[in-house]
Amino acid sequence: MSCACDLKKQIDEMIGRIGSGPDKAIPLLQAVQSEFRYIPMEAIEYIASQTEMTETKLYGVATFYSQFRLEPVGEKIIKVCHGTACHVAGAEGVTDAMEKRLQISDGETTADGKYTLESVACLGCCSLAPVVAVDDEISAKVDRGGAVELIDGLEDGHE
Amino acid sequence: MSSSFKISVGMSTCNMAAGSRELFQTLEKEGFGDDLSIMGCLGMCHAEPQILITDTDQNEFLYLDVNPAKLDKIVHDHLRGGMPVDTWLFKASQGEGAELLGKQQRIVLGNCGKINPEKIDEYVARGGYQALRSVLIQHDPMAVCETVLASGLRGRGGAGFPTGLKWKFALAEERDKKYVICNADEGDPGAFMDRSTLESDPHAVLEGMAIQAFATSADEGYIYCRAEYPLAVARLKTAIQQAEEKGFLGENILGTGFSLELHIKEGAGAFVCGEETALMASIEGERGMPRLRPPFPAQSGLFGKPTTINNVETLASIPWIIRNGADAYHAIGTEQSKGTKVFALAGKIKRGGLVEVPMGISIREVVEEVGGGTGTHRKIKAVQMGGPSGGCIPESLLDTRIDYDEINRTGAIMGSGGMIVLDETTCMVDVARYFLDFTQLESCGKCTFCRIGTRRMLEVLTRICDGDGVPEDIQVLDALAVQIKDSSLCGLGQTAPNPVLTTLKYFREEYEEHILHKKCRAGKCTNLCDYEILEACTGCTICARKCPVDAISGERKERHVIDLDTCVRCGVCRDVCNFDAVKVV
Repeated sequence: MSCACDLKKQIDEMIGRIGSGPDKAIPLLQAVQSEFRYIPMEAIEYIASQTEMTETKLYGVATFYSQFRLEPVGEKIIKVCHGTACHVAGAEGVTDAMEKRLQISDGETTADGKYTLESVACLGCCSLAPVVAVDDEISAKVDRGGAVELIDGLEDGHE
Repeated sequence: MSSSFKISVGMSTCNMAAGSRELFQTLEKEGFGDDLSIMGCLGMCHAEPQILITDTDQNEFLYLDVNPAKLDKIVHDHLRGGMPVDTWLFKASQGEGAELLGKQQRIVLGNCGKINPEKIDEYVARGGYQALRSVLIQHDPMAVCETVLASGLRGRGGAGFPTGLKWKFALAEERDKKYVICNADEGDPGAFMDRSTLESDPHAVLEGMAIQAFATSADEGYIYCRAEYPLAVARLKTAIQQAEEKGFLGENILGTGFSLELHIKEGAGAFVCGEETALMASIEGERGMPRLRPPFPAQSGLFGKPTTINNVETLASIPWIIRNGADAYHAIGTEQSKGTKVFALAGKIKRGGLVEVPMGISIREVVEEVGGGTGTHRKIKAVQMGGPSGGCIPESLLDTRIDYDEINRTGAIMGSGGMIVLDETTCMVDVARYFLDFTQLESCGKCTFCRIGTRRMLEVLTRICDGDGVPEDIQVLDALAVQIKDSSLCGLGQTAPNPVLTTLKYFREEYEEHILHKKCRAGKCTNLCDYEILEACTGCTICARKCPVDAISGERKERHVIDLDTCVRCGVCRDVCNFDAVKVV
């Protein structure tokens, strides 16, 4: 985000497109997150000032749903599926290998801002377990070695 | 260049994860762009990606497990040379194909993998929207409710409430505004039939919803879909637009005066929103917290108006029931459970994927015959059914029939249809801990016993898995389980203890081993096991090469040794050993 006036302009556009009723809290927050990749507090404050919704309500909604993030994230989000099938196929090992390769803990972002590592509930590709999604791109049957290769591949793509 | 074939590439999330997009691009580059089409998931997720070639005489050639090298040969021999590559073709009537399909009966999955889900004409060509047309022409909502009731269809989201009865309750409400909702918030880890249906045959769900709306006199509806399913949302948007253009949705449908406006609501990641009152709160823009029933949604639902909520699979069954009649559906299944059920097979299973079987066949038939068993020398230990609300059915009870009430008697539930096969490498205490970890994270926090009780249960289970369990822990788990069940408002809390209760019932000895002997026989709980390489070792070196921490040493052709100080007990050596020479001690 370059300046606060940009944010306001973008949110005005979202409100114009989506609406401002109380049932629009989730779609508005989703629009904010898809634009900024997280939900800045200023966005919550500005939406509250422009609609009937209170900051409390918006913050309550934003913190209830696991999709919403209140902190900035890395350029790529690596989601390790921890659904049942992935769990029994070794998802813990995948997260562990990712943590070691990226030198961060689950839920954190690398210091260079490139990657955020997340554990997620089922991605619905259970027969290909364990799976990992980088943004929306899903990789199948990822083991410890595959996890490291996946990151190596992303690093090569960066350079 | 155009060939005389139609080439359909599997483009479901699972197919794409297996690499179908690259195959599609290769075929484009090879000049087959004009013949290329896409299809959804055939359910055979164990053998993706898949390509279906249809010739001008409508002969179908299905290739499974296609990779770039195989595709080269298929292009050369089949598409250019006219000679199908026989050894790679899927044959439905023999061998594995017959095992897989022999006991299946496809109603919900009938079109999946058969049509291009982004082209409404292909759905219509297979009888699509005929059911809607016929109910609109007949113009008798009560008759539709009666048909669905007579079919015996019960809610496929898990609760198993008779669908026709639900519709009659909503129809009886005389109000100016009513809603219908499709619950596509498929949150059970291990269940993916709704994702696949929405991606592969979205119009069946839309047609089901239009009939649901007509039968309950509603004129507006929502599809509440998980945000984790972006492709399903995209296909639904395309499908709604096409259905509106063709006059199957929107104003004055097929000129009959009936109108239905449909919206898609994307969930924001909350398992509890699969509960109907929480789902409605979420559509209203609130935190997704369940409320007390009554009033039931049929009386006071979304925005206070009568609302009918059905799950994806339930709705996708409706067009078939209307087209074929209640009797045809009622003829399938058991006394109390009619029709077919889709199961998502995953875990330690040879042929994982989606299968649709008539009610009344045994769990063993589904897992061992249709699914092909574990596919390894290991035996099935249990089948987890019903996700976090369900339980683990031990191998000794696999002859239980697929029937709502019979499965309930085991302590598990039918649930949405996830079936995770567990073998001897799965620790049952760890499975219980896994589900409690899930439910305590997803508890909305409204009811104290669900919010804090699940947390306490998780702490006890974690302690047991870490090797710090004490004998009293089992009584504590038993007591908490009963309290949480009795004191929770919604299904999440009422069923959260099920994974613990069923594992305690059928696998108590594993709890006792963890607590009293500090042993985990499955080799999963890292503090409670050691790995050892037996004399059967041939010195093939695969374990040493695959070990993530280089804890295995040994000369080629000689027995290898694990350095237990370095070993992280991940079990990779046991998984890769071809000689069953790695043992948990």
